[in-house]
Amino acid sequence: MANSSAPRTLYDKIWDDHVVDTQPDGTCLLYIDRHLVHEVTSPQAFEGLRMTGRKVRAPEKTLAVVDHNVPTSDRSHGISDPEAATQVAALAENAREFGIEYFNELDKRQGVVHIIGPEQGFTLPGTTIVCGDSHTSTHGAFGALAHGIGTSEVEHVLATQTLIQSKAKNMRITVDGKLPAGVTAKDIILAIIGEIGTAGGTGHVMEYTGEAIRALSMEGRMTICNMSIEGGARAGLVAPDEKTYAYLMGRPKAPKGMAWDMAKAYWETLVTDEGAHFDREIRLDAANLPPIVTWGTSPEDVVSVAGVVPHADSGHTEQKKAAIARALDYMGLKGGEKMTDIKLDRVFIGSCTNGRIEDLRAVAKAVEGKKVASTVSAMIVPGSGLVKLQAEEEGLDTIFKAAGFDWREPGCSMCLAMNADKLAPGERCASTSNRNFEGRQGFKGRTHLVSPVMAAAAAIEGHFVDVRNWG
Amino acid sequence: MQPFTTLTGVAAPLDIMNVDTDMIIPKQYLKTIKRTGLGTGLFAEMRFNEDGTENPNFVLNKPAYRKAEILVAGDNFGCGSSREHAPWALLDLGIRCVISTSFADIFYNNCFKNGILPIKVSQSDLDKLMEDARRGANATMTVDLQSQEIHGPDGGIVKFDMDEFRKHLLLNGLDDIGLTMEKAPAIDSYESKAAKSRPWL
Ligand code: SF4
Repeated sequence: MANSSAPRTLYDKIWDDHVVDTQPDGTCLLYIDRHLVHEVTSPQAFEGLRMTGRKVRAPEKTLAVVDHNVPTSDRSHGISDPEAATQVAALAENAREFGIEYFNELDKRQGVVHIIGPEQGFTLPGTTIVCGDSHTSTHGAFGALAHGIGTSEVEHVLATQTLIQSKAKNMRITVDGKLPAGVTAKDIILAIIGEIGTAGGTGHVMEYTGEAIRALSMEGRMTICNMSIEGGARAGLVAPDEKTYAYLMGRPKAPKGMAWDMAKAYWETLVTDEGAHFDREIRLDAANLPPIVTWGTSPEDVVSVAGVVPHADSGHTEQKKAAIARALDYMGLKGGEKMTDIKLDRVFIGSCTNGRIEDLRAVAKAVEGKKVASTVSAMIVPGSGLVKLQAEEEGLDTIFKAAGFDWREPGCSMCLAMNADKLAPGERCASTSNRNFEGRQGFKGRTHLVSPVMAAAAAIEGHFVDVRNWG
Repeated sequence: MQPFTTLTGVAAPLDIMNVDTDMIIPKQYLKTIKRTGLGTGLFAEMRFNEDGTENPNFVLNKPAYRKAEILVAGDNFGCGSSREHAPWALLDLGIRCVISTSFADIFYNNCFKNGILPIKVSQSDLDKLMEDARRGANATMTVDLQSQEIHGPDGGIVKFDMDEFRKHLLLNGLDDIGLTMEKAPAIDSYESKAAKSRPWL
């Protein structure tokens, strides 16, 4: 394991500790410590193994769960969508055949793959983590090098426990200052993406530092790292600290006893050295951030909730003008409209971006004793069965139901609308998820990305409101 | 995997920025457990009307481009999800080369695993190739991976960069899992070292 004396970034350190082999052109074989598998991007990979007679090299380093396709209604009587049922059954069968631990749709540990990894202590600092899902970047909040891969790469990792990679560039995003009340981790990351664009991080691994990042809970850091991919980055990273250790201590798959002490001593070395080189630096002041709403069909289409929808001619290039015009048309909006005048039909609270217990607590606090607007249908989908149980233990579900929210079973749900939870054409939704692409939440559905409190307030009022002076 | 050496074919202009993977293959097509047959879902929400009929204005539905094998597209092609269904769908409809100024990392990687060549060119080269593509079926392009050149219909040549290892795999249609498995001794020795230095894993 390489060890040079030159100052290194956190990314450099994790990378160096995982290089198995380097080719003359710099392409590396990187060892993968943790592999998460779900039903949608894995069937063809297992099929590939079967066709070539290959085995899973390290089944104990792999964890499988169903999330993308499962209904969020009661599923104790099976899954009625035959195609979804086929994929779920295929994963169960593949996990059994190849000896991989698997959480099925009725297991209380089941949930969105990026929520259950940290929850189980499967996600650990300094590890390399992959999954056939782009939001694997979430796990970077623990100081793990985590990124999404395609199905052929899933097969490659299953067969060899390695991945062919060339090293990305280093980018540092420093968020100084203190967040104003009502402004959250979600607003920080949306602001960053607005600043650098959806291709701004392409080819880079982003490390987030600064006072505002340190002040965030693990949940908040996960929200930030989750959306690194929306900024084009291969992965996002936050150096581990006492909050990280406190979160992990006692989790089922986290090390215990002497192993914990040894691990912690190693984790404490996982910081960027003074003077380490970054190819790109971005600085942001948290104190100036407003709550943010997306107006268009790309996560970079951001605006302050106190602002207005942009005009097409505000684009700097002809291509950008065309993109704005296309997005306005799709979203059914006109340049100059006030964001707070935009009325909503649906509200979705959940996903691997904002489906954790802290998010649900924030929502409960905002909506307690209030009622969802009669024109809005609002759903809350906990990120995992354990998040659901925890919320119910705290009585959050009672608050939600009393306010008129639909309280569902865990899964990806309307984040990508592969199950029955989807927008009808033309419906407008405030969503705590991470993508507002055309059709993402349903054919011709219109998505506005926001934080959980912003979504909660919008559900109550029936339109966007500035949570800084609401409630 | 089918090797990629040279390709001569019609290039379709898709002059949109940030073509994301939800656009390339909407999620209702992801419920398959196969790699094939995804062509029916390629660009489905742009290619078809709500009633399932073809949208005649979408580029791949125009007579000149129905047999296109090359796509010339705006910045940041393939952003969004990791779904390999995107390159599978392109391949299924016969598209083996995509040219843009930039690609999202995961999509870019996924192309190589499926014998699709993604080519990055400068904005000025893209503008020129986009113009060429707009000329329709008679204006074929030739992509030569060995020499890393695109030959336009008027004989103009655009050079492109490509990393050596990927080029080698693509030119020879090699399965990289097989190659990596030959490195099993290196993986074994890494594992035994890691078991000592980080035994909690
Ligand atoms: S919640 Fe959404 S973004 Fe997260 S894994 Fe599921 S589909 Fe992907």
